Amino acid sequence: MDYFIELFCSGLTRGAIYALIALGYTMVYGIIGLINFAHGEIYMIGAFTSFIVATVLSIYGFPLAAIVVVTGISAAIWSSAYGYTVEKIAYKPLRNAPRLTPLISAIGMSILLQNYVLLAQTSDFLPFPELIPEFAFMEPVAHIIGSSDLVILVTTAISMLLLTLFIKFTRLGKAMRATAQDKTMALLVGINVDRVISATFIVGSLLAAIGGLLIASHIGQINFAIGFIAGIKAFTAAVLGGIGSIPGAVLGSLILGLTESFATGYVSSDYEDVFAFSLLVLILILKPAGLLGRAGTGKV
Amino acid sequence: MLAMNDVQAGYGNVLALQGVSLTIQPGEIVALIGANGAGKSSTLMAISGIVPCRSGQILLKGKSINGLAPDRIVAMGVSQVPEGRRIFADLSVQENLDMGAFLRKDRAGIRQDLDYVFALFPILAKRRHQYGGTLSGGEQQMLSMSRALMARPQLLLLDEPSMGLAPLMIRQIFRIIKEINREHKTTIFLVEQNAHQALRIADRGYVIENGRIILTDRAEKLLANPDVQKAYLGI
Ligand SMILES: Nc1ncnc2c1ncn2[C@@H]1O[C@H](COP(=O)(O)OP(=O)(O)O)[C@@H](O)[C@H]1O
Ligand SMILES: [Mg+2]
Repeated sequence: MDYFIELFCSGLTRGAIYALIALGYTMVYGIIGLINFAHGEIYMIGAFTSFIVATVLSIYGFPLAAIVVVTGISAAIWSSAYGYTVEKIAYKPLRNAPRLTPLISAIGMSILLQNYVLLAQTSDFLPFPELIPEFAFMEPVAHIIGSSDLVILVTTAISMLLLTLFIKFTRLGKAMRATAQDKTMALLVGINVDRVISATFIVGSLLAAIGGLLIASHIGQINFAIGFIAGIKAFTAAVLGGIGSIPGAVLGSLILGLTESFATGYVSSDYEDVFAFSLLVLILILKPAGLLGRAGTGKV
Repeated sequence: MLAMNDVQAGYGNVLALQGVSLTIQPGEIVALIGANGAGKSSTLMAISGIVPCRSGQILLKGKSINGLAPDRIVAMGVSQVPEGRRIFADLSVQENLDMGAFLRKDRAGIRQDLDYVFALFPILAKRRHQYGGTLSGGEQQMLSMSRALMARPQLLLLDEPSMGLAPLMIRQIFRIIKEINREHKTTIFLVEQNAHQALRIADRGYVIENGRIILTDRAEKLLANPDVQKAYLGI
């Protein structure tokens, strides 16, 4: 039973990380109908920024709490700047082009950013400093759930809550929903649609940066290719839940995380991807719009 | 209030407006009538800055608005109730109205206008927390008009507000258009295929055909014009 709970907890942790990335895919898709293939790289850049800032601050011996806060903020700012810039140079000029064109531009951005980090940094795996300590109060359950799992789950839950409040109640959040539903009408009520699209990329990048920081300190090492794999998984989760739907992205991520965790624990880690993608194929056959997706217009 | 001078505009290689000229004085109700595909909606979309103007000039209160971003044109006092109403289906009635007031900061004025549209259309107050997509066609038309009014426009563009509505609802909508014009001095540019109703509340009218204005006159003269009667009034 303990083993089951342990797998369940690690599945939730995986799912939480996928969710932080999947939200960026689904929000961008909801607003401009584009699969932003470079989104995984934004997450990777978040992890790299975290690595650089955290390592430097550790060397100077700053207290752990200060390191975590400064690292988080730096990663969020840096990733958002990349996300914003990618949209401005690679997607905005193609806003009225045929659908395939920005998709190819997105794949190009993904390859570009990977190779840029590869050349500017290294192809080696880099050891990530330990930012999450083992909490004393977690000791009795440490064989089932680790301290870093707890931190990931709590941080993700808070992020989701803030995102929901933002989308539901703020002026910008409402403008995002309006723009996702009808861009022309959004323009007609005076919404600056370009700015709303930029904001969507920034919010998505910010969440991915938080994911990058959390996963890097959880696993303890990073390299330039981590964004590719995590990106594909998160994209799968977003499609699973219904691309364009925010609750769908979270649900899809949790299901995917749990599936992988149980497949690894009870069958073999060799089969984790097989199970994940079989699940995707199955759901797309039974429900082509994804679990919470709607065929037709409804998005975000 | 508004002047269009020989405006050409279109989509790709379709030239929907082939030189449209018209003027609207402050406080007027001006009707634009014409057959399906004549270029009525394109005229409104050109004024709102959605369809780019290829040549000619659009002047709002004497200033050129050619090439201005749509949100700047809204900020200058132009609101549109587009064809098909275009309610934000997944936003509540209240949120749809909030979006109408998107560029405004004067909370007291917004509250006052909210009370005003709820007084015009009491049913909207009752449906306040429902999703826009759940409203009936008539209610959606009321919401679309209210959303535009929430910007407190000086020039209100209405694209076929009677389309698809029951006769009783059509009469109510036209009565309220007249009322908005009278009470708030809001200038109104009314596009209609329902030419008879439109010309009855309008001061002046324009007739558009194939992207060109072919006729303009006082509304009552157009109603009495045999050519107009034959082509647009079904007489
Ligand atoms: N989005 C569009 N893309 C291409 N052509 C369009 C588009 N919208 C309208 N048109 C064309 O422009 C012309 C004028 O259309 P429109 O302004 O909608 O007429 P109306 O509102 O009078 O029915 C028509 O020939 C129509 O086919
Ligand atoms: Mg039309």
